[in-house]
Amino acid sequence: MSALEPTTPSAPQRAGWVWRPFALTLPALLLLVAVIGYPLLTIVLRSLSEPQWGMQNYAWFFGAPVNLTVLQRTFTISAWVTLVCVVCAYPYAYLMTAVGPRVRLVLVLCVLIPFWVSGVVRTLSWVILLQDSGVINSLLRSAGFDGIRLIRTQTGVVIGMAQVLLPFMILPLYSVMKGIDLRLMRAAQSLGARPSRAFFTVYLPLSLPGVYAGAIIVFILALGFYITPALLGGPRSTMLSTLVQTQVLSLLQWGRGGAMGVVLLVTTFVLLALAAPVMRSRHRDVGRR
Amino acid sequence: MEMKPLTRVILGLVCLLVAIWLVAPTLVVVPMSFNENKSLAFPPQGFSWQWYQNFATNPDWSSSFLNSLKVASLVAVLATVLGTLAAFGLDRMKARPANLLRMLMLTPMVVPGVVLAIGIYAVYLDAQLVGTLTGFVLAHTILALPFVLIAVSANLEVFDRRLETAAASLGAGALTTFRTVTLPLILPGILSGLLFAFATSFDEIVVSLFITNPYLKTLPVQIFSSITRDADPTVAAVGTILLFATTLLIGGGMLLLGRERKGRL
Repeated sequence: MSALEPTTPSAPQRAGWVWRPFALTLPALLLLVAVIGYPLLTIVLRSLSEPQWGMQNYAWFFGAPVNLTVLQRTFTISAWVTLVCVVCAYPYAYLMTAVGPRVRLVLVLCVLIPFWVSGVVRTLSWVILLQDSGVINSLLRSAGFDGIRLIRTQTGVVIGMAQVLLPFMILPLYSVMKGIDLRLMRAAQSLGARPSRAFFTVYLPLSLPGVYAGAIIVFILALGFYITPALLGGPRSTMLSTLVQTQVLSLLQWGRGGAMGVVLLVTTFVLLALAAPVMRSRHRDVGRR
Repeated sequence: MEMKPLTRVILGLVCLLVAIWLVAPTLVVVPMSFNENKSLAFPPQGFSWQWYQNFATNPDWSSSFLNSLKVASLVAVLATVLGTLAAFGLDRMKARPANLLRMLMLTPMVVPGVVLAIGIYAVYLDAQLVGTLTGFVLAHTILALPFVLIAVSANLEVFDRRLETAAASLGAGALTTFRTVTLPLILPGILSGLLFAFATSFDEIVVSLFITNPYLKTLPVQIFSSITRDADPTVAAVGTILLFATTLLIGGGMLLLGRERKGRL
């Protein structure tokens, strides 16, 4: 601390101005270290030290075909969820930019209403909808079709997760789309492009930053999903999070569960780091002026 | 952009389907909550209030509801105080350290829930915080902090610092300036942070599932264990009550906000 010792009479006050803002953030930072930093460090240490020091837990994780299947499935399900979200969100976000303020308010409300309801209750709704005696199957049967198995399947998990994550796709997409100057489309058409050509060569490329941003958020959130797969999925749609929980709570294998957790954590942060440049460029003024 | 009529119709239909997909699942709990049978099978049979009665009288449900209220209220206050202080600190810092610290404080939003949950569980087992009010409040506060930080920071960004200078030049002390100038102007951000913090805690499930024990359960934990145990329509009744309460709160808030805006014009 001697380097910070005041040298001139006016320095204490200036040093105070540097340190006071930091002091304001200190309580939050301390809590962050205690309730996030320390626990995550504990998990990393346990993955390396239980039952003894070494990489055995990671060797076990990447050596067992079962784990690799679940890892691969976690990525597959997340990719499907992201795809479904992009496909559904794109026309929806576009319509939000194309309608008048009144209809837009309704569309925005539809995106926000799912947030009003507790996450667990929303998953319960999907159980009610998808189960064998659920809404979808009873409608199918009354229409004369055979029922289909939705609950405890990967399809069911994807449907439920995509609905929960859709708002995270629509909102960034909308914020990019509303900045696109529609006169560019008109210009393309006046130069002889058909509407579809104008869309694919002008509008789509300009909206891609929004697609990337939303897709990254959805994919990362999907990787760590726990409640929806636990309630809607079955043994054949287990995701990484459930495996972590089983190792720690049921088998008391802190080392193995910790190693899985670290794999999930590192994957998330690597994806975030890869996405950071794309996310930043999102704020570039697309197609305006 | 000109569209062919056919494209327009298809676009409208697709969006209608997406809107239904977004909203309908939220409403499906309402008819299920009046079921006469102890079943979640569709369609519900008959009509009865028994599951609402069960929610009010069964100690499992009522105590978990009260626990959630207690935890969420404490979290709302604690997270709002810590988050607002931090937002002020970051606002008055140089850009580079501020960005770094801000990123650090937002990490709770991206760390996968289960990873955080086993970490906190491990630490709580050692510190004997599993199933305690302190344990719940601390864990939920850190999860709610980012929302307060974002809300207050957004408000500080548009706050004109010269107003503080003006107050000071007129002889107001630092505290008076804060109380009479700064606070009223950033109050909307603080209040929305408070609301977000409350909602985050009231809704938190993943970490709660790990740090709960039979003596202290929050409402989402009780809902989760009820769904995994049997088909009890009480969960549908709880879902309906929560839906109704939030709609009332948000609707009321929107009305108040609208009236205030009109009053200012």
